[in-house]
Amino acid sequence: MDRRQFLTLSPDRQKRPFSVTGRTGSGLNPYTGNWTDLELIHLLKRTLFGVNPATYNAFKGMSMQQAIDTLLTPQSIPQPPVNNYGIDDTGVTPGATWVKAPLGDEMLEQKRIFSYKAWWTGQMINQQHSIHEKMVLFWHNHFVTETSMVRDSRFIYQYNLTLRQYALGDFKALTKAITLDPAMLVYLNGTLNSKGAADENYARELHELFTVGKGPDSHYTEDDVRATARVLTGYRVDRTTITSKFDTTQHDIGNKQFSSFYQNKVISGKTGTDGMSELDDLLNIIFLQPEVSKFICRKLYRFFVYYDIDAATETNVIAPLAEIFRSSGFDIKTTLNALLCSEHFFDPLNMACLIKSPADFCIGICREYNIAFPTNYPDQYAAWMVIQSRADNMLQNFGDPPLVAGWDAYYQEPAFHELWINTDTLPKRNKLSDGLISNNGINNLKIDVLAYAGSLPNPEDPILLIDDVVKLLYRVVVSDNLKAFLKNSILLSGQSPDSNYYWTQAWNAYIASPTNATLKENVETRLQALFKYIMNLSEYQLA
Amino acid sequence: MKRRDFLKYTAPAAILPTVINGFSIKAFAGSPMLNALAGAADNDHVLVMIQLTGGNDGLNMVIPLDIYSKYQAARTNIAIQEGKVLALDNYKKSGLHPAMKGIQELYNNGKVSIVQSVGYPTPNFSHFRATDIWLTGSNSDEVLTTGWGGRYLDTQYPGFPDGYPNDKAPDPLAIQIGSIVSPAFQGANASMGIAITSATDFYNLIDGVMDPVPNTKWGKELEYIRLIAKQTNSYEQSIKKAAGKVTSQGAYPANNYLAEQLKIVARLVAGGLKTKLYMVSTGGFDTHANQTEGGDTSKGGHANLLGGVSDAIKAFMDDLKGLHASRRVVGMTFSEFGRRIKSNFSMGTDHGAAAPMIIFGDYVNQGVLGNSPAIPDNSAVADNIPMQYDFRSIYASILEQWFCVEPTDLQKIMGKDYQRLPLVSGVACGTITSIPELNTDGKKLIINSPNPFTSYTTITYTTGSGNTMIQIFDTAGRLLSVPVNKVHSPGTYSFTFDGQQLPTGLYYARFQNGPIQQVRPMLKVN
Repeated sequence: MDRRQFLTLSPDRQKRPFSVTGRTGSGLNPYTGNWTDLELIHLLKRTLFGVNPATYNAFKGMSMQQAIDTLLTPQSIPQPPVNNYGIDDTGVTPGATWVKAPLGDEMLEQKRIFSYKAWWTGQMINQQHSIHEKMVLFWHNHFVTETSMVRDSRFIYQYNLTLRQYALGDFKALTKAITLDPAMLVYLNGTLNSKGAADENYARELHELFTVGKGPDSHYTEDDVRATARVLTGYRVDRTTITSKFDTTQHDIGNKQFSSFYQNKVISGKTGTDGMSELDDLLNIIFLQPEVSKFICRKLYRFFVYYDIDAATETNVIAPLAEIFRSSGFDIKTTLNALLCSEHFFDPLNMACLIKSPADFCIGICREYNIAFPTNYPDQYAAWMVIQSRADNMLQNFGDPPLVAGWDAYYQEPAFHELWINTDTLPKRNKLSDGLISNNGINNLKIDVLAYAGSLPNPEDPILLIDDVVKLLYRVVVSDNLKAFLKNSILLSGQSPDSNYYWTQAWNAYIASPTNATLKENVETRLQALFKYIMNLSEYQLA
Repeated sequence: MKRRDFLKYTAPAAILPTVINGFSIKAFAGSPMLNALAGAADNDHVLVMIQLTGGNDGLNMVIPLDIYSKYQAARTNIAIQEGKVLALDNYKKSGLHPAMKGIQELYNNGKVSIVQSVGYPTPNFSHFRATDIWLTGSNSDEVLTTGWGGRYLDTQYPGFPDGYPNDKAPDPLAIQIGSIVSPAFQGANASMGIAITSATDFYNLIDGVMDPVPNTKWGKELEYIRLIAKQTNSYEQSIKKAAGKVTSQGAYPANNYLAEQLKIVARLVAGGLKTKLYMVSTGGFDTHANQTEGGDTSKGGHANLLGGVSDAIKAFMDDLKGLHASRRVVGMTFSEFGRRIKSNFSMGTDHGAAAPMIIFGDYVNQGVLGNSPAIPDNSAVADNIPMQYDFRSIYASILEQWFCVEPTDLQKIMGKDYQRLPLVSGVACGTITSIPELNTDGKKLIINSPNPFTSYTTITYTTGSGNTMIQIFDTAGRLLSVPVNKVHSPGTYSFTFDGQQLPTGLYYARFQNGPIQQVRPMLKVN
């Protein structure tokens, strides 16, 4: 595949005129306004996959800064994926991890890659109260590799660990680690990059997609690409130790000249293992260019706030945020903190406008209803795979973005996030929520509406119940008419609007005799109808 | 050979019986009735279910004239004045609420069947539970997760929703107007119905109007998603197309929510939509208080409700007739329960049990099935109307006689072989039979002696051929026992009923044989 094809899809990268009014002029000043459920749930929905009542309760007593500090706390490295596929002729027993095992044949590697995708999906579903998992996905979309091209499960897992390790850390260090990452070396032909016939694949993406980007002020040259490729000659992978290595004999020891965009710097060619230090020189040169921080900050903005960046946002948000990114030594956590604390982030005009990605939708629905997953690993992996394949069908295959540029919803002007929703994917979203809310569920995954309602403070009061449900599941303001409709038509089954006690009686009767099948059915069917309706409305697609 | 196939290939031939219900077939030549034969083959029949939410007071809807004094005594404060009750042609035992002139007219035109005392054993008095029982077709003590309409559609459209809509089934299978999709349409895999949540939504859909959104980022995105949702509503085009074919409709009463809904149904049916089941609903029937005016009991809240229903149905049928679509439609009213025999002191009635249903349509057999409810001489507060017919008999009869469902499917849908009643003309499915003699007046098919009794009483019953069932109910409608349920040879039989363990009071022995039923009150005394 021509990985560069995506460039031709968008010849016009100029800003399109944006007709929406009510644009916000708010900037990066710390937000000091009211700290209410509105702001808290906005923060949680943007940084986590879905918000369930337990998560909400855990954060409810916190100040804004406490909440953000909690969310920016990295998670520890999880247990690695295991053999859920059975026979493994490299000797990995079922239930044991394969991440350090010898390379398998093509079919075994494919099984391990499925195991990996299930495992990663499981990590997202089981995320803690931390932005960490969303950042792993963010970096995956930034430093893309595709399992279908890497085809070495151990490298692929190692790549995921690299993203995890630096997800909230030092972006420059991450860039270096990714440059040397075995999966990336395979994916963008670094292993073929040799003196005399440099392969420019990774070198080009390092500038265009990974660091300075293609913004209006990014003017790296073709010579810069060639010089970079030469700096990166000689890196190879070792499939026994599952690491990368440096072949000094394949390294181009000549000097590398950069353009004025990079201040006409020259990297002196080095011999032997000293050649490896040229990478540090290269990154020092690239990271001097302010475009790096602006490019990354725009990407963070599009992932966590909204896709459209107008002139005011560029001036009031992106520029100062990029300055913080630079001055912090490219510290991701510091930068995210500045963004998440800002007036701009909590500006009501920036709420409720983010179209849920398939990850947000599929992982989010599991999390916001606290759907029970099997605890034994074979069933657990199978269940994780169900969710993974649904997200895949909705255009987001974790581990396999369509191109090196990532998912087009994050770069393709002018539609951006709207590309997630089309006449094929929207029915699939509805089908997933319809299936999970149904009595049979999907592969034993099922929304427990009784448990959900029971975890709210006033499930017996139909008005408060709907208020609380809508507060947690929607971001868009819901009209009183719709709330009345939900209450009267669904919870009261069309009985008189004044007869709220019918719901109260039904709920209390169920609580008093939870094993009585008909009392349970009375409330369960109505709650299922309620949540189904709520998830079928377009409002549910927004976060 | 399936009946439908039979018709498809032989209907035009001279094989048809020459007489239908006593009328020469020639009388129907070229008439809609004969066309219905082909219609049955195409299975283009529609059932419109009208849900009266809250528990409709059946005793003030179909008023027992043959036992008026008992009725009056039980409801001194709200009984409808005898002279105001609307008479039915050739039927003197009961009449209609004075507000129901439209239904009276339809009845007298031969288009209405009234089924008395429809209920089920051991009734539930909770709105929610009783509604679920009616919509799913479950027993009182059973929880079903599918609706009766959904189960029917499952047999006709297996695998739904995968692969739907398609060329053979391009239209929604079921449509709910006015609410969320009814549990009645829940199939095994998915709900078979779609909802048009309000008339406004419907006309917006027809006219391509979208709800306004604010001019903000989220407004922009919401509008975008709604646009896609509209495009992906696989049935939107077919609904629009059907509605577009009907450019003018008959008059409907103003400020009548049910009429608004039925007007939409008429438009879709006449526009050729192949949807089989429609559900509409209207509420407010939970008349615990002030259901009639103090001075004139023919007026008040319940009169307004019944008048609204009657006017809406009449307008609907007239409109369908004008649109040449009335022959495709059978309608029925139902409510989660009737109300208590005895009225309360706040001019109302409390949650009860069995109640009459109104079935209407060009092919509905005119008549009143069953007798006036058995009303005790001194009704107690807790006394309920004993059931004469199981509501699932109505469903089974409609499925068999209107949707031409085969016996094996019928068993699958209903879970049991329910008694079938002659509700719809045999012409509809090409099973042209005479209406069996249902008039049991003067015949004592079930008696008991002694009556009153203290411990034991002998029940004697006279049965024709086929299955015979006897059920014993108390005044709350609870099913106490089923002493007889088997195939008998025609004849008269007796058995001793042991009432030793029962408290004193009134009991009902319900006899059922084929479409015939009779209820015998039995009084236990000390």
